[in-house]
Amino acid sequence: MQPTNRSQRILQPVKLWYLYLSLIVAFALTLIPTGHLPGVPDWLALVLAFWSVREPLRVGLGTGFAFGLLVDVGHGAALGQHALAYVLLTYGANALSRRVLWFSPLEQALHILPLLLLMHVVMVVVRMLAGADFPGWWYFTGSFTAALLWVPLHFVLLFPQFRPVERDDNRPI
Amino acid sequence: MSLIGHNTPPIFKRGPAPTVRLLLYVSAALVLLVTDLKFRYLEFMRQTVAVVLYPVERAAATPADLVLNAATYFATLAKVQQENALLRRQQLRMSEQLMRHQQLAQENSRLRTLLGMRDELPARSVAADVLYAAHDPFTRKVILDRGSTHGIAKGDAVVDERGVIGQVTRLHPIQAEVTLLTDKEQAIPIVVRRNGLRGVVFGAGAGQLELRYLPATADVQPGDSLVTSGLDGLYLPGLPVAKVLRVDRDTQAFARIFCVPVGGVEQSTHVLVMGRLSTPLPPMGGDGDKDS
Repeated sequence: MQPTNRSQRILQPVKLWYLYLSLIVAFALTLIPTGHLPGVPDWLALVLAFWSVREPLRVGLGTGFAFGLLVDVGHGAALGQHALAYVLLTYGANALSRRVLWFSPLEQALHILPLLLLMHVVMVVVRMLAGADFPGWWYFTGSFTAALLWVPLHFVLLFPQFRPVERDDNRPI
Repeated sequence: MSLIGHNTPPIFKRGPAPTVRLLLYVSAALVLLVTDLKFRYLEFMRQTVAVVLYPVERAAATPADLVLNAATYFATLAKVQQENALLRRQQLRMSEQLMRHQQLAQENSRLRTLLGMRDELPARSVAADVLYAAHDPFTRKVILDRGSTHGIAKGDAVVDERGVIGQVTRLHPIQAEVTLLTDKEQAIPIVVRRNGLRGVVFGAGAGQLELRYLPATADVQPGDSLVTSGLDGLYLPGLPVAKVLRVDRDTQAFARIFCVPVGGVEQSTHVLVMGRLSTPLPPMGGDGDKDS
């Protein structure tokens, strides 16, 4: 891999099964019934944004659209609402991918936060055009928690790629 | 692509430009949104996906169940015994009411035959558990663990032990989506129990309901109880819905009447889905018009 980011290490290529497994786990996390608890992050949006930044050739608009439809059914939302939001999110994250990787994880999170906020604004606009009530400002707090989670998530999701190529019995990992 | 007879090497093939793909996907999403919100054509697709998602949803609901049930699990024996005694007393009271109800029902049907009226329509009911509250923050909905395979029909009333809490608005084979009374889009026809005045109650947000379109002079007082009228052909008549909280008469031509639901609209976990066995309405269309 070419050194396009600050990391001094050369990471191993991502495993496709791990990428999709993380997306499916994030999808299951979004289905946890938290009701109308404020500040619950949209896990799937976060993981989608992460892989769209890291692997823009593998995860893109199509993945966002497909998972968005699944979320729409799972949440009982209007069909296409999350699909539209995730398509815009993955497009933005794909476009940012060349730039964002030069920054530290915390600064990356600051780049992702406007995308997550935009995603929520799009969903609010769509539903309010269809006649729903404004859900309240707490609705947007989820994107701030999600942006904070970017930093730990960065290490969790990249963990398999940090492994060295050849196994060494004297080294712990 | 084949400018001088060569194909593009696959290393440069990335499909259409990102902007083109964005436009394609956004328009696809917008088409889906309009067909779903305006025309409701996509229920079949939704049902299919919902059945596939069912195991994932059940798995995801487990941690929430654990948190909710932990309190019950660690309850002491004394508490359970107390609750048992309470339930026994309640059952005794109910069975007394039930005996009287049976006698009254018999008397009612005898009187109806004497008067030559049609018998009341038989009702059916299915007990169900609330799986979870729907995540969508724009609506007030809960998901039940029973669906069309258990005999639930679209439009059925959902009641708890105190009164109506909502209506089945979307039906999957093994799940049902219930729109709660407090949802902005939900309306329910009622009568005021005290004087038989008819009206329609709408969800007003913040756990309240509003009885709309009654003139400012209408005879409604705070404390009046509202029950279903059954005129819609969906709800059984006489189910308690709400209590009038306050009446604002000095606004416009219409009184603003705020009510609170009687049932535990956003709290109940065990509910009963009640519907009619057959619809009492005459068929719509030409025949109905000729009769009237």
